[in-house]
Amino acid sequence: MSAVATEPTHSHYESNEADNFLINSKGFLSWALTLDHKRIGLMYLVGVMSAFFLAGCLALVLRTELMQPTGWFLTTQQYNQVFTLHGAIMVFLFIIPSVPAALGNFLVPVMLGAKDVAFPRLNLGSFYLWVAGAIFFLTAMLYTGLDTGWTFYTPYSTQTRGPVVAATMGVFILGFSSIFTGLNFIVTINTMRPPGMSWFKMPLFLWATYATSIIQVLATPVLGITVLLLAAERVFHIGIFDPQYNGDPVVFQHFFWFYSHPAVYIMILPGMGIISELMSVHCHKSIFGYRFIAYSSIAIALFGFLVWGHHMFTSGMAEVTTIVFSALTFTVSIPSAIKVFNWLATMYKGTVQLNTPMCYALSFIFLFTIGGLTGLWLGALSTDRHLHDTYFVVAHFHYVMVGGTLVGFLGGVFHWWPKMTGKMFNDFWGIVSCWFVFVGFNLTFLPQFVMGSRGMPRRYARYVEEFQDLHQMSTVGAYLLGLGLFVALGVLLQSLRSGKKAPPNPWGAATLEWQCASPPPYYNFQSPPTVNEPYDYTPLVYRDAERGWEYVQPTTPAPKTAHA
Amino acid sequence: MSLSGIPLLLADKNSSFWFPAKASTFADKVDSLYMYIMWISVVFFVLIVAAMVWFAVKYRRRPGYEGDSHALHNNALEIFWTVVPTMIVVWIFAKGVDGYMDMMRWPAETIDVNVTARKWNWTFQYPNGAISTELHIPINKASRMRMRSDDALHSLFIPAFRCKTDVVPGRVTYMWFEPILEGTYDLFCAEYCGDEHSNMITKVVVHKDEEYEKWLAEAAKPPEHPVAHGQWLYERMGCKACHSSEPDKRIVGPSFAGTYGTEQKMVGGEAVKVDENYIRQSILEPQKKIREGYQAASLMPSFQGKLDDQEITALTMYIEALKDGQLTDDELGKNEEKTTDAK
Amino acid sequence: MTSHAHDSHDAGHGHGDHGHSPFLAHHFDDPEQQFDSGKLGIWLFLVTEVLFFSGMFCAYALYRSLHPEVFTFASQYLNETLGAFNTGVLLFSSLSMAWGVRCAQLRQRTGLVICLAITLGCAAMFLGVKAIEYTHKWDLGLLPAGEYVAQYLQEPHHAGISPWLYYLSAVPALCVVGFAAWYVMAVVKGEKRTAEVAGPMLVTALCYFLGVFVGIAFQNAEAAALAAEHGIEAHATDVHGSDSHSSDDHGHEGSADHEHDAASHEGTKLVSRIDAPVVPGEPTLAAVDQKGGAGIFFSIYYCMTGVHAVHILGGMAVLAWLLVRATKDHFNEEYFGPVDYVGLYWHLVDLIWIYLFPLLYLIK
Repeated sequence: MSAVATEPTHSHYESNEADNFLINSKGFLSWALTLDHKRIGLMYLVGVMSAFFLAGCLALVLRTELMQPTGWFLTTQQYNQVFTLHGAIMVFLFIIPSVPAALGNFLVPVMLGAKDVAFPRLNLGSFYLWVAGAIFFLTAMLYTGLDTGWTFYTPYSTQTRGPVVAATMGVFILGFSSIFTGLNFIVTINTMRPPGMSWFKMPLFLWATYATSIIQVLATPVLGITVLLLAAERVFHIGIFDPQYNGDPVVFQHFFWFYSHPAVYIMILPGMGIISELMSVHCHKSIFGYRFIAYSSIAIALFGFLVWGHHMFTSGMAEVTTIVFSALTFTVSIPSAIKVFNWLATMYKGTVQLNTPMCYALSFIFLFTIGGLTGLWLGALSTDRHLHDTYFVVAHFHYVMVGGTLVGFLGGVFHWWPKMTGKMFNDFWGIVSCWFVFVGFNLTFLPQFVMGSRGMPRRYARYVEEFQDLHQMSTVGAYLLGLGLFVALGVLLQSLRSGKKAPPNPWGAATLEWQCASPPPYYNFQSPPTVNEPYDYTPLVYRDAERGWEYVQPTTPAPKTAHA
Repeated sequence: MSLSGIPLLLADKNSSFWFPAKASTFADKVDSLYMYIMWISVVFFVLIVAAMVWFAVKYRRRPGYEGDSHALHNNALEIFWTVVPTMIVVWIFAKGVDGYMDMMRWPAETIDVNVTARKWNWTFQYPNGAISTELHIPINKASRMRMRSDDALHSLFIPAFRCKTDVVPGRVTYMWFEPILEGTYDLFCAEYCGDEHSNMITKVVVHKDEEYEKWLAEAAKPPEHPVAHGQWLYERMGCKACHSSEPDKRIVGPSFAGTYGTEQKMVGGEAVKVDENYIRQSILEPQKKIREGYQAASLMPSFQGKLDDQEITALTMYIEALKDGQLTDDELGKNEEKTTDAK
Repeated sequence: MTSHAHDSHDAGHGHGDHGHSPFLAHHFDDPEQQFDSGKLGIWLFLVTEVLFFSGMFCAYALYRSLHPEVFTFASQYLNETLGAFNTGVLLFSSLSMAWGVRCAQLRQRTGLVICLAITLGCAAMFLGVKAIEYTHKWDLGLLPAGEYVAQYLQEPHHAGISPWLYYLSAVPALCVVGFAAWYVMAVVKGEKRTAEVAGPMLVTALCYFLGVFVGIAFQNAEAAALAAEHGIEAHATDVHGSDSHSSDDHGHEGSADHEHDAASHEGTKLVSRIDAPVVPGEPTLAAVDQKGGAGIFFSIYYCMTGVHAVHILGGMAVLAWLLVRATKDHFNEEYFGPVDYVGLYWHLVDLIWIYLFPLLYLIK
């Protein structure tokens, strides 16, 4: 038996080169109509990265404009339109679908050991909903310029001349794309696990995706009805949100944040999932406190539903409500703290490989810690009264969304790039890009904390002169950050042209996606793979010849093979 | 942090690196909690980053080093780092609520100021009926803002007082504070409200008691001279937010300067002379005749019932006086009172 | 080899190989897994639907708690007879749907086709009645808050059928013509399967008009009954009506009767004569019947019933799809998932109506 023991896993590697999902069928339609989750994931990846590129450029426009207190080349109206575009594209078209839809689509079935997601056609449908929503949204915004901010607060959004109805319809469509993706993942994880894949043998990325999907399914419909009511408010004046017809704008805020606060966890949880994978693999060490990390994902997802009111501490809510929301807000900080400590403990006595994905993972911990800790100021009521709607908040959520999600996403893209494309990237330049991103990001947003606590309100096209130096520092940082992202893009594109061929398992990871070829065959696994502990690295052996690792099945006879 | 910014930040002797002047009774609690959280965070952050860097160096992959890959687990440790942060955040929460309750409970005796926010200016009305566009309050006395909005959401934010409250259309919201430091501070709109949101800035002037009374008495009376009266109204009634008084400078609506007596094309194609009657109609029924090119910007509310005939005449005379593009002292009747507000 | 072991395991576990059930997707191991996935999927979808509606239920709860008098007042404009009739129609359609699922499980092809046809017909009838209710309110100016025109502000008299109804009925009318042509062609060509689809679709489109006629009949009957009742009362309250403030006066009228326009087309001009006895607290009714007052009720009414009607339309689309598949004999003991899922969806749509009906119609 021991002689044959390596065979089963080995057989996964030896897939036919022609089965490679990238080339097994050719032509535009084979991509446009594909039901293969990996191709859909890649299409999402291209889509979200384009959206990110666009919104990132807008960010630079904003930062450049803010070099001077009296403005430089934009009118205040144009500034408002640009910041609305920046926020809305980043949130709806990039951050929310980035990890779950792009990486999640590619990874969930492979990590799980399934052939595909439960509903491949629905999956393709979600992608086209995303495309439709994106087109709707972008044309609506570019046509006359939406200037409501991404939050669509009433009554401004019912008064402005911008194309609010078209934009809300875009959000509505994107929301359904998100709901169907989440629904698909929940069903996939529940029903498509191969024999032996118990809940607690699932990689933590899947736990994070599962928690995210729950939020997507439960919260997004509320956003759907909110934007629908907003559109109805604008067209028919239904008087639910518009004070002109006895409506109440604070109701809109409640509705909106009931979705949009959990949406913050849609954005950050998958990033945390990626970091859990990265920390373990690149420290070559079993994850510390697997169950604590898994449960904390679920805890964050559930608590996330109870804290939306902290966006409204100054909006005139009742005192008791405000205090209760503050208390609940602090409860969310605990599971996040647990994750950070567990990641650190994972490094202890491991074998830390400081390659590109790991550098991004460490940046994530650094930046996310700042983002999380600054949340304490904003959760505490008295300090929030001062800091609310200032640059402090801007800096805080950029630390979480960019320092957390974006950096985690980049780490994930680098980590799974060999798996997705079959090409190795240049590690040195990858690390350089990480340094640029890290330094540039901090230079951009650290000064904003100071500005905020000194009273610089957000969404200001013009500002008081005393803040000019800090704003200029921030702008320089933003360019550095942008440069870093270009380097990262260059590294990835260069690998496509001339990267070395990637072995099935370049990092020595034990999760299932590394047990099929790079890139995987279109059917992922010919037969259900042998499920093992996702973070047990003892069976992995480094093979110099292929410059990668091989999973050698432990010699204990596996009961599954016995009756063959 | 670049060092170049710091001298400017510290230029004002009352402000520190992190905060503007501590000008209200709230500032102490807010600032001290801010600094407490800061130090707690710094401790945690330094520990986390130090551990991270240390592990990354000590356990880095290198020849001759074999790391342990086995699962480690330690429930005691997990519980420790769950419970300690929990206790800390409970403490922070309690401190936060403490400061918040101060902000919510005003004393029995307050000076009530009615605040009206509209796109894109503020109006403050005092107990004696005086109206100003800057907020004037006495030192060491509690002032309470009764705030309402004419249009969108706004938020009254005075960084030096460490407090802000949204101004919500359809509701009345309250905010109070007690200034403890004489001076002039920024007052911002902190809730995004459209085009000129970032220009919805004014000042808070904290006076000594007697100065405040003097200012209040002065502010309550309008100037006698009609053109000066017109200007006084122009600054108070919100005209200023959308109509500039400089020639060819467009904010939202047409500029007041250099228009009187000219012939202007209306939306329907008809040409109308900007005279007393047209101005009167534009004030009372702004949507009736809209100038070509301004239809998209015609958000002006009617002032029917808000201005009486004398005031409309004063405004008309003010616009007439601006027809050559500027005002001379002569046209204002050399009236000193026009500067009352600027004090 | 393990892979062999797994393959044989698969074959043994599944109720047949892939050739047996043509609808087993390649990525599922067996029909059971496929069915479970679909079932979980549809339940999750229903959860999102519930949450989708919950936003509006929250708005309802909030504004009703803020303005209870507005809701009680405005609810009187809703015709609870038509509401009750529609509730019955939907309940019956739920029954036929459940029966249809059973038919699919038992592989009773004809039974399934008939059940689906009944369900579709009920759905269309529901929409027909709804069209009557909507157009009637549009005529009276009972519109969302911003557009709301209190009934007494205009001459509410109109004879016959609302012009809005003609616009609304244009699409069903086209459907009738189209399906009839399709059906005739299928019968002439002797395509039995096609006829089995076209026939029920034709019936469905006709059921819309059945609903419309039922609605008109109910309204007329009720209006006549009320007119008779008020004819007697009119004398007693005439004095009151003439000397009180006019809006006050009309406030009573609105609260008393929303059917008089339908009645008026019988030739009697009842508008000025109809008047209700003075109810204590009457002034508040006049106060709420103003722009943005009672309008909030109708905003919520249109939003909730409108979104519900869209769900009915969506349900009809998938039912039609099932009908096509049913005639092709796709469903059997092993593969009846789609019928089951649509059934669950249909029950939810029904259930939502069961909540909407008392919350909107029965609160006066």
